Amino acid sequence: MSGRVLVGVKRVIDYAVKIRVKPDNTGVVTDGVKHSMNPFCEIAVEEAVKLKEKKLVKEVVAVSCGPQQSQETIRTALAMGADRGIHVEVSGNDYETLGPLQVSKIMAALAKKEDAQIIILGKQAIDDDCNQTGQMTAALLDWPQGTFASEVTLDGDKIKVVREIDGGLETIKINTPAVLTADLRLNTPRYATLPNIMKAKKKKIANVKPADLGVNLTSKLEVLRVEDPPQRQAGMKVETVEDLVGKLKESGKV
Amino acid sequence: MSALFKARKVLAVCLHGSRSLSQLAELPETHQLLRQTCRDFADRELAPIAAMLDKEHVYPAKQIKELGTMGVMAMEVPEELGGAGMDYLAYSLAVEEISRGCASTGVVVSVNNSLYIGPILKFGTEEQKKQWISPFTAGDKVGCFALSEPGNGSDAGAASTTAHQEGEEWLLNGTKAWITNSWDASATVVFATTDKKLKHKGISAFLIPMPYPGLSLGKKEDKLGIRASSTANIILEDCRIPLNNMLGPRGAGFKIAMQTLDSGRIGIAAQALGIAQASLDCAADYAHKRTAFGAPIGKLQAIQFKLADMAVAIESARLLTWKASLLRDAKKVFTKEAAMAKLAASEAATFCSHQAIQILGGMGYVTDMPAERHYRDARITEIYEGTSEIQRLVIAGQILKEYQS
Repeated sequence: MSGRVLVGVKRVIDYAVKIRVKPDNTGVVTDGVKHSMNPFCEIAVEEAVKLKEKKLVKEVVAVSCGPQQSQETIRTALAMGADRGIHVEVSGNDYETLGPLQVSKIMAALAKKEDAQIIILGKQAIDDDCNQTGQMTAALLDWPQGTFASEVTLDGDKIKVVREIDGGLETIKINTPAVLTADLRLNTPRYATLPNIMKAKKKKIANVKPADLGVNLTSKLEVLRVEDPPQRQAGMKVETVEDLVGKLKESGKV
Repeated sequence: MSALFKARKVLAVCLHGSRSLSQLAELPETHQLLRQTCRDFADRELAPIAAMLDKEHVYPAKQIKELGTMGVMAMEVPEELGGAGMDYLAYSLAVEEISRGCASTGVVVSVNNSLYIGPILKFGTEEQKKQWISPFTAGDKVGCFALSEPGNGSDAGAASTTAHQEGEEWLLNGTKAWITNSWDASATVVFATTDKKLKHKGISAFLIPMPYPGLSLGKKEDKLGIRASSTANIILEDCRIPLNNMLGPRGAGFKIAMQTLDSGRIGIAAQALGIAQASLDCAADYAHKRTAFGAPIGKLQAIQFKLADMAVAIESARLLTWKASLLRDAKKVFTKEAAMAKLAASEAATFCSHQAIQILGGMGYVTDMPAERHYRDARITEIYEGTSEIQRLVIAGQILKEYQS
C-alpha cells in the first residue's frame, strides 16, 4: 500500500475572463489571457491535501499535461500542500489536440509507474466541459470510480463516496485503488499560505515526455469550427394562453 | 584605500545592483505566486464586501483571521515566532493586492506588520518578541502604534505623554490621537517622555496590552474613508506597567519611532498603490463599456490621456516602492526612497481616484460604483505616517546631505 495520491491539475483560462473567439473561428484567444488552475482541480488538490493532513495517505503528487506554463499550475498545487509534481510536457500541435483520451492514457501510465493508490481529478475542466478524463482513466486501469464526489471517506482499503446525481445523493463503497472526481461541494480550497509558497520553491517537479510513458497522443477528433453562442433574440409578449400555445405551435416548438 | 580595493567595492555594488534591477523588471517566481494568491484573496473575499464594510464601518475580523492563517499578518517575522519569514518586497506586493480589494483591510495589515510588530522585532528582547509578537501573527490579535497626540502629529518630538518610574513600575499619563486599529487591538506600542529636559532624546517606547487598567479609548472617529478600520484616541490615566515593558533603551523612543515609520511608509505606499490601481481598473473597464458620441468613451483622446497619466503615476510609484523594499531587504539605507515611494504613491492614489470619478462622470459620484469609495480612501494616504509635506522635508534633507561637500 503506497498511500500515494495522484492529483491531476489542468491549466485553463481563468473563470473570470471574458472569452473571445478567434477571428478565424479555429478556437478561442489564449495569448496574453489570464490562466489559472481549473476550479475543480483546486478542489481535487484540497481533498488530497486534507487526506494527507489526516494521515490517511502518505504522499500527494500533482500532475499536469501541457506546455512550459503548466509548471505554474503545478507550483500552485505544491503551495497548497502537494509534495511533488510531475510535468508531462505536451506542446505545439499535440497540445492543441490534447483531450480526455490522451490525458487518461497518461494518467493511467503514471498511476502504474508511481504505484498510486488513489487518483483524484476535477469532475470536468471549465474550458472543454468534457467530464470524461476520470471515467476513461478508471476504465483504462480497470479501477472502480467515484465520480461527482461531494464527500469522500477512507475506510480501510475501501472508499465511501457520496455522489451528486440528478436524483439527489448516491452513496457507494468502492475498493482501492480507485479514481475519484471532485464536484463543487466536496470542499472549499484553501489559499496557499506564504510559508507554503516559500516551501513550494524547494519541492521537485519532474519532467516527463508522453513517449517515455509509451503514450501515443494522436487524436481522432478534428475541430471544424468554434463560434460564439447565438445572440439572444428579443422575446415577445402575448395576451392570452391560447396565443402562447398558438405561437409555440407556429414556431414548431410544440 | 587602494584603487584596486575601491574598484572591487564598486564592482560588488554594481553586481548587486543588477540583481536588484532585474527584480524590478520581473519578480521572482515565489513573489509572483504570492502576489497572485493575495490578488485572488482580494478579488474573492474582500472586493465583494468592501462597500458593505465601508458603509457599516465593520472591522473585517474573519478576513483578517484568514490573512493571519496565510501568514500575511506577520510577513517579516521569522517562522520560529509564527510569521511567514518573507522579505519586504513580498510585503509590499501583499499589501498592494489586499488594498486593491479593500483599503481598510490593507491598513489593518500594514499597521500590524510595520508599526506594531516592526519595532518589537527590531528593538525587542527575545522575551518581548515571544510575548508581544507570536500571539499577533495568526490574525486573531492585532496591534497598534501610538505616537501622535492631539497637540502634535508632525511635531513628534514634542510628545506630552509622560512616563515616570515609580518603584518597579512605569506610570503613564497622557492622550494619544488618531490611533489606527485602536478599537480592535490587543496591544499597543506607546511613545512617552521619560526625560523632558532631553527633548526628543528623552522619549521612550513602551508596550501595553489592551484592554488594560488605566488605558481607555476615545470615541471611534467618523472618517471620510478607510471606515472599516477603527481610529480613536488612546487615553492613559495613571496607567501602571512593569519596568520590562519598555521597548528598547531609555531615550531611544524617537529614534525607534522614526525608523519604524521609514518601514511603515513602504506599507502605506503599497496601500496607496492598491487604491490607485483599483481606481484605474474601474475607470478603464468603464471606458470600454460606456458609449457616447457613437463609440466607447475609451476611443476619445481626453479619456485616453487620463488613463495614460494614471498608469504612469502608478507604475512610477510602484517602482519606487519596490526599490525602497529592495534596499531595505539588502540592509541598505532606504529613508529617502521610502519617503519618495510614500509621497509618489499617495499622490498617485489621490490623482487616480480623482480622475476615475471624472471618467465615470455621474456614475463616479454614486455609491453604485466603487470610484467614490477609492476617492475617500485615497485621501488619508497623503496624511498619515508622515504627511506629504513631511516626506518632502525628509527627501530634501537626504538630498542636501548627499550634496554636502
